[in-house]
Amino acid sequence: MWKWLHPYAKPERAYQLCVTLQPYFLWPGILCLVAGSIWGLAFAPQDYQQGDSFRIIYIHVPSAILSMSTYVAMAVAALVGTVWQWRTAFMAMIAMAPIGAVVTFIALFTGAAWGKPMWGTWWVWDARLTSELILLFLYLGVIALYGAFEDKQQAGKAAGVMALVGVVNVPIIHYSVEWWNTLHQGATISKFDKPSIAPEMLWPLLIALVGLALFIAAVTVMRMKNEIIRREYHRPWVKDLAARALGGDHAV
Amino acid sequence: MNPRRQKRLVAVGGIGLLIVGAITLMLFALTDNIDLFYTPSEIVEGKEGVKPTVGQRLRIGGMVVPGTVSRDSESLAVSFNLIDTGPQVTVRYAGILPDLFREGQGIVATGVLLESGVIEAEEVLAKHDEEYMPPELAEKMKGIKHVNPNQGNTGS
Repeated sequence: MWKWLHPYAKPERAYQLCVTLQPYFLWPGILCLVAGSIWGLAFAPQDYQQGDSFRIIYIHVPSAILSMSTYVAMAVAALVGTVWQWRTAFMAMIAMAPIGAVVTFIALFTGAAWGKPMWGTWWVWDARLTSELILLFLYLGVIALYGAFEDKQQAGKAAGVMALVGVVNVPIIHYSVEWWNTLHQGATISKFDKPSIAPEMLWPLLIALVGLALFIAAVTVMRMKNEIIRREYHRPWVKDLAARALGGDHAV
Repeated sequence: MNPRRQKRLVAVGGIGLLIVGAITLMLFALTDNIDLFYTPSEIVEGKEGVKPTVGQRLRIGGMVVPGTVSRDSESLAVSFNLIDTGPQVTVRYAGILPDLFREGQGIVATGVLLESGVIEAEEVLAKHDEEYMPPELAEKMKGIKHVNPNQGNTGS
């Protein structure tokens, strides 16, 4: 059933796939991100309680949702790498880790900036905020562990185990606001019920969410390309690629 | 799937299940400590049989009971009652309230239990719900008049 996937375990095929996918992720991603942000920040109506301050939702919520999604994607890559021993899967994992860390940081930072005027505090040790902070530490742990090994195959295995163990934190983040009483409010859109947000405020949020998801995918394939080249630079196909690129530049 | 891969998959799955089990038990045991605050009924009636003692530092979270907010005209001192489903608890506070503070709003206050049902707060935080809507819709649906957070919040 999954036989068609097997060729992509080879770095050369994975590289070509990345090259093909990149424009489809990058430009629609930037477009949606810009459109969603402008619509949300400038044209969506004010909130009845929070006035204009609620607009930070258009950055906070997409980055918070995608910090978790990116972690799950990274853990799936780690699982494939661990069980099927695909080297490219570990490359995908480490390509995603710094992106996820940055997105998590953005979620925490915008959350703090939102919390100060609305709740009255930058930070409170409630379950949602604390578990999201742990997510940031997990990303940093994966990056640090990967960097600690000289042999990158070994590094991928070690960091992969850490990524897999950390996935238990993702449902904790999501359900923290239901399981415990927290200062953070419950879920607005990531639930099975009807979203608790007016449609004219919801649309820009969804567009920003899709935009950030595509943008993260685009940066992932870019970083993955770099990682493949870095690990395979002594291989003939990379040399061919380099020769062709140089030839293209210097063609008369 | 070849046997080696199958073995690895089983190992990864098994270890994963063990970790999930361990974390679940841990969180279950720690439930009371992870909760950010007591509700007013937990302060008056006790939480799982344990009543907070007088002088204990704690956090309380509840709704501001409409009509109970009284401000001192000379200072920043303010007192109000909090409620969830049962009894009310009075909170006294001297300081600046958050912008979202108004009657009917969810509030989390940190302070010391003075006597049964009275808390001297040193920090008051506002909690808001997960609903976002334009002011016109809120007025139609909930009968709430929009109060711009930047202009006073007497919370009528």
